Amino acid sequence: MSATAWEMVVGLEVHVQLKTRTKAYCACSTNFGDAPNRNTCPVCLALPGALPVLNAEAVTLATRAALALGCTVHERSIFARKNYFYPDLPKGYQISQAEFPLATQGHLTLADGLRVGITRIHMEEDAGKSIHDRFPGMTAIDLNRAGVPLIEIVGEPEIRSSAQAGAYLRALREVLLFCGVSDVSMEEGSLRVDANVSARPLGETTFRPRTEIKNLNSFSNVEKALELEFRRHVATYEAGGTIAQQTMLFDAAAQEVRAARSKEGSHDYRYFPEPDLPPLVLTPEWISEQRDALPELPAARRARWVTSHKLSAAEAEVLSGTVELAAYFEAVVATAGDGKAAANWILGEVLAALNESGVALAQFPIAPARLAALIALVKGGQLSSTAAKTVFATMRSDTAAPEQIAQRDGLLQVGDDSALEQWIDEVWAEHPTEAARFAAGEQKLQGVLVGFLMKKSKGRADPKKLNQLLAARIAK
Amino acid sequence: MSRSLLDLTAAQLGAAVREGRTPAGELLTASLDRLAETHAGNDGLNAIVHQVGADDSAMQPLAMGPLAGVPVAIKDNLATRTLPTTCGSRILDGWVSPYEATAVRKLREAGAIVIGKTNMDEFAMGSSTEHSAFGPSRNPHDRRRAPGGSSGGSAAAVAAGIAPIALGSETGGSVRQPAAFCGIVGVKPTYGRVSRYGLVAFASSLDCVAPFGRTVDDAALATEIISGHDPLDATSAAHTVPAMRVGPGPLAGLVVGVPKEYFPDSLMPEVRAICDRALEALRAQGATIREVSLPHTPYAIPVYYIIAPAEASANLARFDGVRYGMRIEVDGVQAMYGATRAAGFGAEVTRRILLGTYVLSAGYYDAYYRKAQEVRALIARDFTDVFASGVHVLFTPTTPTPAFALGAISDPYEMYLSDIYTVTANLAGIPGISLPIGRVHGLPVGGQVLAPAFDEPTMFRAAYALEEALGAEAHR
Repeated sequence: MSATAWEMVVGLEVHVQLKTRTKAYCACSTNFGDAPNRNTCPVCLALPGALPVLNAEAVTLATRAALALGCTVHERSIFARKNYFYPDLPKGYQISQAEFPLATQGHLTLADGLRVGITRIHMEEDAGKSIHDRFPGMTAIDLNRAGVPLIEIVGEPEIRSSAQAGAYLRALREVLLFCGVSDVSMEEGSLRVDANVSARPLGETTFRPRTEIKNLNSFSNVEKALELEFRRHVATYEAGGTIAQQTMLFDAAAQEVRAARSKEGSHDYRYFPEPDLPPLVLTPEWISEQRDALPELPAARRARWVTSHKLSAAEAEVLSGTVELAAYFEAVVATAGDGKAAANWILGEVLAALNESGVALAQFPIAPARLAALIALVKGGQLSSTAAKTVFATMRSDTAAPEQIAQRDGLLQVGDDSALEQWIDEVWAEHPTEAARFAAGEQKLQGVLVGFLMKKSKGRADPKKLNQLLAARIAK
Repeated sequence: MSRSLLDLTAAQLGAAVREGRTPAGELLTASLDRLAETHAGNDGLNAIVHQVGADDSAMQPLAMGPLAGVPVAIKDNLATRTLPTTCGSRILDGWVSPYEATAVRKLREAGAIVIGKTNMDEFAMGSSTEHSAFGPSRNPHDRRRAPGGSSGGSAAAVAAGIAPIALGSETGGSVRQPAAFCGIVGVKPTYGRVSRYGLVAFASSLDCVAPFGRTVDDAALATEIISGHDPLDATSAAHTVPAMRVGPGPLAGLVVGVPKEYFPDSLMPEVRAICDRALEALRAQGATIREVSLPHTPYAIPVYYIIAPAEASANLARFDGVRYGMRIEVDGVQAMYGATRAAGFGAEVTRRILLGTYVLSAGYYDAYYRKAQEVRALIARDFTDVFASGVHVLFTPTTPTPAFALGAISDPYEMYLSDIYTVTANLAGIPGISLPIGRVHGLPVGGQVLAPAFDEPTMFRAAYALEEALGAEAHR
């Protein structure tokens, strides 16, 4: 059998927890890590007679995410009940959206320029948590998470490698984070991934049967699981076998993908429109307000930085790495005006200081305004770049303004003619031979003399001024 | 003394208590005495299944309004604190709600005292109050007969003078039909007029909290009190509540439609004769009588028995033995669900859950549920068209026959047909009222007035006039 080149086909379904204060259909807190079942009420416990009421904040965040991902947000969407029995699903159904989702037809552009289609985004609610290892022989149930609002983002099967899948997830995470839609923390379960994968010979245009891998709790696990499952498909085909559509589970500890119990895939959820919630109707005006209120998205922001601040792509990438760092950079630029200098300072001194001290940017003692003031001192010629680094180091433990620190510690550059002349006279007296040779026209001695002058002025002498004054001495 | 006191209307009693002429305690004692008297012996009414304790503060008035000190009875599917809420089902045996239904709270805010919870067909599924874990209720007019259902306990309690006002609930006629059987007044308000918060759901898109009174004025008073928007029910309407106690008056200018589909050749001649007399009375007071057609009426029962069970199959999923109510302890969660639900639900409830699950299943949804929704829209349009043609209200018999004997109907489908004239209002969401208009062989016969959505005042206007004209012969 001749060696066939195989292509991986992947579509990702991502569940994202929205960053609301309260649950999707009741007023309970969404706070993570509270005592079990503390954040519950008749609605999210599904007590008889309790009714859901839609959280407007969840609608806003879901809409924002959909717009940031280029989706068409529908003026009318309909909630539906997804029916299944599970002990941590109190109502026996999940309120989701099926036939008429909130948004459709979006896309996400990856770092390498690949555009991946987004089929749909719909709103739904989370289930509670079953805890099997706490009480021997019993399952405990924590319903704090039951009713927490989620969106499901269904991607088109346009991803062709595990690396692309990773890039898609990182890009998605970045967009959601920057829009303030979600904390997108995989550890806290606020982002969960199901991956649909199939394999086909390169050049084949139809899709082969896919399997769905659930239980993927990190981006690297997504990539690993896809590789493993893809290889299984290929090996099966090469051995003349067939792949059946089924649900797989990834076992991170064993690093293997195995079939879930066959029931998983064959569930009939009996969706029907949720009669307790009227259709969600959004006006075009409201949708367009939400679009206008979107922050600049990371990719657009990076492009702007490269153009208007002359940053390199790599610099822009690092500076946009987190919401906080990007905001810090923007704040410094806003005051200092010099993007390149701000980038240099942040990528150099600030990141090094953060690394060394282990503090988060939010707790970093040098606020953007203070760094901007320091940059302004350098730019204005009051501080040499060497002296500025000394001031920066002091600012980490001293809340005084950089100018005051420089003044107090005698680090301000001296450009005053009489002071400079005084130092020149002193150096002339101390090093008469070199001075005489320089005055006679021996240019190369200028460097030596400047060195003496810098030492004498403790680095404070303004080099530009100094050079002018020295030039005048030749003429004498 | 007590007998005469309980013959007064709720409005009169409330005024007497408020003005200090009657102590509330005396009223409560009279009510509880009547309860004991009517519930004694082998053929006791069995209308009240959970009776208030003497010092139960959770059932006491919250303010001294128009119902000051007036005893009221509440159907067992409306959430009350301290008194159990069991829906006539073993699966909720002894369950006490930690919260109170909005309609119950509103009655207590108007001054009412809750004296007990009333018997019902399990989860409101039935038309006779025979399908209850507490056994059948009996009709005060003839103890061998059914009071109708599913709110038979509330109807019997009001008819027997235990309370002048009671709350029931409607999904397909569960208040109007027992009102007709027991010779009292029953009101189904417009869908959305009264909050469903705390009403244990049967079929959410059809369910309404619905009051009984012995007179049209008491029924109007109760409707007015429990109406209004509730932020806890997303389907409750924002409409302001109009005055409903419009009182008797001439009907000049009122056009009363008589839908021919409600007067088939097979209609019991005595019932037809009583209806004709009622129409004559309306005409005598100045109303114009016009024959109209509601062509999709024949589909109402089949459509109802697709939509209601479909919604019920999801609504009753929460009774799973996990969080509250009955649990049969067996190994394995699936087995526990099966054992609990098999033991907890009666035959009629089980039948409807199975039916509902079936019509929502993959491959059947379009043929049953979707088609039924389409036909439901046509039934609603029949009403819209008739009301748009200049007809203000419709008049029909409430039921094809007076109260049937306990145990007389064993075929479920035959039982379903007893709601044939009432389900249409639930499917269309419009208001309806049943009031006594005569007697056949000593048994009360009910007449029904239907009105456009949110036009309860016009509905009451016709009802007050009918009561005034026919009251003497219709009442006991």
